[in-house]
Amino acid sequence: MDMATQVTDADDVLVDCRSVWKVFGDKVPAAMRAINERGLGKSEVLKEFGCVVGVSDATLQVRRGEIFCVMGLSGSGKSTLIRMLNNLIAPSGGQVFVKGRDVAKLGPAELRELRARHIAMVFQSVALLPHRTVLENAAFGLEVRGVARDERERTAEAALAKVGLSDWTRRYPSELSGGMQQRVGLARALASDPEIILMDEPFSALDPLIRRQLQDEFRELTKSLGKSAVFITHDLDEAIRIGDRIAIMKDGVIIQIGTAEEIILNPADAYVAEFVAGISRLHLIKAHSVMVPVADWAAERPGVDPAALPDTSPEADIDALIDLTLESAGAGIAVRDGETLVGVVTPRSLLHGVQGSRTSGAAHG
Amino acid sequence: MTFDLSPGAWLAPAVDWLNTNLHGLFAGIAAVIEAVLGGLQTALLYPPALVMIPLVAVVVALLLGWRLGLLALIALGFCFVMDLWEQSMETVALVSVSVAISVAIAVPLGILAARRPRLEAALRPVLDIMQTVPPWVYLIPAVMIFSLGRVPAIIATIVYGVPPMLRLTTLAFREIRRDLIELGQAIGATPRAILLKIELPSAIPTLMVGLNQCILLSLAMVVLAGLVGAGGLGAEVTRGLTRMEMGLGLRAGLAIVAVAILLDRLSRAALERGRKG
Repeated sequence: MDMATQVTDADDVLVDCRSVWKVFGDKVPAAMRAINERGLGKSEVLKEFGCVVGVSDATLQVRRGEIFCVMGLSGSGKSTLIRMLNNLIAPSGGQVFVKGRDVAKLGPAELRELRARHIAMVFQSVALLPHRTVLENAAFGLEVRGVARDERERTAEAALAKVGLSDWTRRYPSELSGGMQQRVGLARALASDPEIILMDEPFSALDPLIRRQLQDEFRELTKSLGKSAVFITHDLDEAIRIGDRIAIMKDGVIIQIGTAEEIILNPADAYVAEFVAGISRLHLIKAHSVMVPVADWAAERPGVDPAALPDTSPEADIDALIDLTLESAGAGIAVRDGETLVGVVTPRSLLHGVQGSRTSGAAHG
Repeated sequence: MTFDLSPGAWLAPAVDWLNTNLHGLFAGIAAVIEAVLGGLQTALLYPPALVMIPLVAVVVALLLGWRLGLLALIALGFCFVMDLWEQSMETVALVSVSVAISVAIAVPLGILAARRPRLEAALRPVLDIMQTVPPWVYLIPAVMIFSLGRVPAIIATIVYGVPPMLRLTTLAFREIRRDLIELGQAIGATPRAILLKIELPSAIPTLMVGLNQCILLSLAMVVLAGLVGAGGLGAEVTRGLTRMEMGLGLRAGLAIVAVAILLDRLSRAALERGRKG
């Protein structure tokens, strides 16, 4: 899977953010010039120009079919960043391309068209219109686009069915629980059949059990419909659960982008390391990251035939490896990519993996 | 040398100038208002009172509930019994036209003021003046320009009715949830669609409070404008005052109370419905 997604051509990049900046304040052009020419930092810009740097030099790409999470604490600039993707906030510097088109260069009508058809958004506050029924809310995007009532209601009903709200179409938002309201928000986004869905901390206000459930449903739905998503969250667990790739933001800067496994195994700095310290590795670290090369294993245990070992795939997680190790004699588990033996997970390398210290010679993608 | 400042010395020539140079415009305004007012009054007085009163009561009962229907029956019946039916309907017509014009002026301006803080800052002292200057004072230039009758009464009433409607419109539009407007932008709605489908429905409850205030203040002013020959219940009050006829003054006063209670309760009930929906 990892190997496959690395081979991408430009057509597959749906959202392309190239060194995007957002500076808030009265003297933005002067501050941007100073940043570009003199390389001023955040605090210097604040001191000299009284401008607040919201997002600095953010570069990221979202590929077709991918769920891209942006994780950061409040004030890290993640909400500003996501709003620059559909130009709700205009960047102060850099460019945002959506489906190859520079968003800042679109006219008002083209921008509305892009937002209406290609890039939908789901809000933390849900933003349902209280005086409209669930069905009317779900159909609202189509309504403002001028779709006829019959057609938009049919489409909205189908979208509500996808999120499991078929029985609630005639109710008003106030009659629904928080989790159900957010499903309506998602249905409204799906109703316009966009390629990209922007999720601005959609599940943050929900209680943990419902949140889990919605995370799983969201991931499943997005994948089955082949949508791409940018998902903002302040919760690393959520980012790991949902995201194919994760960007970690702090003070407006993207510190690291990678898969959950990459970030946990190779935190870019102490900040990220501290964040990932509390994360359970059981389901994140895969066999290919903890196995030792076949030659090393053979040298350590001469005379043991690898064919006698239980085998598993490179994508097996630590949890599964522990089960296999407990069931077997403890000599190791053969990791096979198809028929080829690519490495062996020994109890020793497995324990290293659990602890977080890296196995010597471990390959990870 | 005195330091007395006399705004009248400045204003009176200004009003005179307006009168001589823009006479056509004012005559046009007066003609339109007269026509609308006359039409409405004729319509209100066309059916006999004994048909009109139960008709209104039934319509109100169907739309807003039987209690309000009963209230309408009692209030209008009281005006009829006091032998002030015609005057009451004249007053209702005056209030309706004034409120309609006040709303037409105040709502768009109020929306603009909610979007442009500078406009709001500029409007605020003007609104303060409009609300605090004793209402008799507007009647003077209004009469100078439009002469005696119903038109100056309506103009003065509008001056009095606009401020509450405008302030509450601004408040209503400023209170609209930011995320709902953002939603409108994010789904690619036009500014017009955002205004009509998101902002206006969200603003309705506060706008209804403004309308209620506007109606009651306009009613008070319309009565006062009896002084300048606006007719209606105000004229009866004025007559009672000038002739020192306690009975007439009291009857007209109570009829005004009846009309006021009716208009207040009806607009409140409509407000409640707006909130629920």
